[in-house]
Amino acid sequence: MDSALLSLLGAFLLSMIGLFAFIWSLRKGLLVENPRAASVIFAKGEIGRVDDPALQGSDHAKLQAAAHEAGDSTDGADAAEIADRVAADRSSAFPVFMFIAFACMWLLFGGIAGLVSSLKLHWPDWLVSEAWMTFGRLRTVHLTAVLYGWITNAELGIIIWLMPRLLRTPLVGTMWLMLGGALVNIAIASGIGAIGAGWTDGLEYLEMPWPIGIFFAAGMVCIIGPVLYTLVNRKTESLYVTTWYHTAGLLWITLLFIVGKMPGVHFGVQQAAMNWWYGHNVLGLWFTPVAVGAIYYFLPKIIARPIRSYNLSLLGFWTLAFFYAQVGGHHLVGGPVPGWLITLSIVQSMMMIVPVIAFSINMGLTLRGRMRLGLYSPTLRFVMFGGIMYLLSSLQGSFEALRSVQQVAHFTHFTVAHAHLGAYGFVTMVLFGAIYFMMPRILHFEWPYPKLISVHFWLASIGILIYFVFLSYGGWLQGLAMLDPARPFIDSVVVTMPWLQWRSVGGALMVASHVVFVLHFLAMVLRLGPNRVGAALFADQGKALGVAHGE
Amino acid sequence: MENEVKLTTGVVVTFAIAVSALVVLPYMQVRDVKPPEGLKPYTSAEQRGRAVYIANGCMYCHSQQPRSESFAPADAKRGWGRASVPGDYYYDKPHLLGSMRTGPDLLNIGVRQPSKDWQLGHLFQPRAYVPESIMPSYPYLFEIKDKADPDEETVNLPPAHVPPGKVVVARPEALDLVKYLQSLKRNYPILPPEPRDTTGAPAAPAAPDAAKPAGSS
Repeated sequence: MDSALLSLLGAFLLSMIGLFAFIWSLRKGLLVENPRAASVIFAKGEIGRVDDPALQGSDHAKLQAAAHEAGDSTDGADAAEIADRVAADRSSAFPVFMFIAFACMWLLFGGIAGLVSSLKLHWPDWLVSEAWMTFGRLRTVHLTAVLYGWITNAELGIIIWLMPRLLRTPLVGTMWLMLGGALVNIAIASGIGAIGAGWTDGLEYLEMPWPIGIFFAAGMVCIIGPVLYTLVNRKTESLYVTTWYHTAGLLWITLLFIVGKMPGVHFGVQQAAMNWWYGHNVLGLWFTPVAVGAIYYFLPKIIARPIRSYNLSLLGFWTLAFFYAQVGGHHLVGGPVPGWLITLSIVQSMMMIVPVIAFSINMGLTLRGRMRLGLYSPTLRFVMFGGIMYLLSSLQGSFEALRSVQQVAHFTHFTVAHAHLGAYGFVTMVLFGAIYFMMPRILHFEWPYPKLISVHFWLASIGILIYFVFLSYGGWLQGLAMLDPARPFIDSVVVTMPWLQWRSVGGALMVASHVVFVLHFLAMVLRLGPNRVGAALFADQGKALGVAHGE
Repeated sequence: MENEVKLTTGVVVTFAIAVSALVVLPYMQVRDVKPPEGLKPYTSAEQRGRAVYIANGCMYCHSQQPRSESFAPADAKRGWGRASVPGDYYYDKPHLLGSMRTGPDLLNIGVRQPSKDWQLGHLFQPRAYVPESIMPSYPYLFEIKDKADPDEETVNLPPAHVPPGKVVVARPEALDLVKYLQSLKRNYPILPPEPRDTTGAPAAPAAPDAAKPAGSS
């Protein structure tokens, strides 16, 4: 056996041993369910009391009525714990608002850049007179704006909002968070400007020039500090699932970015291997864990039932940590990189089925018989949609990594469709749901036009489904045409045309949903629209906090 | 889980394993790769052209990694060249392997389409040469004027694509880019890959040959 194969086997075995070691070290009551740990997101007496801040009074009552189950306690929630939560929310409101506002701006901007790029693929002579408008730059502007601008800002906002809530302690180091947020967004804005002007590092997902990347990394370090300090100073004994994912995600993205951006180290095909390891893991170790962590909080919180199995979530977390990080090499299948590298990534891609199934079983059991609550709460609908898309996109991704599938799918729009199912159908939809939940708590003001939340949901979900289904089909046809030596290459271009046009239709719906969302957000921030409860809410401060926190 | 130290340690350990496997090991395996004899370093004009290629994002639609005949036979049949090896990228900083083939692979475009006129004209208006192409046109790499200056390069286009009474001249970026494209030639011979990298492909046919005389004698 040669050294490459040995190292491959070594990495795999090490992961397995590490996995079992970690689970074993946390074995206390591993086989006994731990409902107390699963319930830490609720105050005493709060289980059974639904919580969707995006719903107005009467709709909230309907959701409550629908969620009622025999045996629910009728006592109020523990006032001291609610007071802790109010203090936690108040401590984080300002920085979280900053991150969410930046995220909304980048979403609108990045979505439009994406739609224009999509249109350019079937109108190739449209907007070509200036260099910054060309497809190669505009698609990269889109990618940087949505991945770093929208998803990263929104996830940072969610992490910072949930940490103090889950740890029952006020956030410390707010000024550092504001500084970090400023640095991160300076980096994103300068990165986008640089790409438009043609200054890029040229590596997919890592285009932001490295001198600008320093600002991003510095910003992330400023953010990690206060988050870890809050973690150490917590009042709760047990750490909830969401906290694991969010702490891990923050550390991973920072390390990942620093390793990936290190100037002058990577070269040739090794750089290509690193590039795709980064590209896959910015999704796997940052977007996914934070969005999964958010589902673990918001879904049970809205329906007011703890997750079914705390231990299953433990298994899901550690398997994700050990398997996902070694994925990415399979993006170079058939390329000039060592074969063992690709095999390792394919094996770990298949292993990723374990955490995905663990998550899905857990959520499925938690939601069993309660799916209909989605009819009453658009926020819940966003989160549920995201959870289902996580299952689908991850299973698709595992099988897509296989050599036989990649033979066709590699180098085609099929991969693009898959990436959007993950980043939009799953992550972005969860982020939308989380923002609808958080904003009324942050601003102490209701969403002014609750009907728009449903409009947003339907536009976005129909948009992404059109995008995914049609583009996947077109991409598959493209792959078959490309693989057939008897057909000229241009066939693989011509065959995609109708599907590229459908992609623009789906993209237009998604952008329309963003316009609705961002205008609604602005209306809320500017306190426009019908002033239903606002006046009463602020007339009586004691009651105001009660209303705002589910009392 | 109650312990934040266990949590952060575990997180960093998993990350360290992944970096070792997917970043450090490939680094050690390919750091001693030598440039093949037939591969020349890029000239400064080619290097400038490469920068134009990167700045305009050509790599998002064009890969530079023909695959092996066993995995994707069409690649070689389309004239895209033999499967590439790590040495082919010795002078490539950053790498431009690419992940999409909205357009064809370009690692050997200098062999397949060496004509400067074709390349310049195709950059100005791809649909003048390939009607179904969806490649963007790059008018900003050119200038349309009444008369070319003596030191300027006029682009020879099919007549329908030149405004009447005008000439299209290439800007230096376009000329550099074409020089880079013409330099993309990985058609020199390479030593067969070491057997350990091919998971038995050359070793398998060799084995029966070696076994035959032993069996017959």
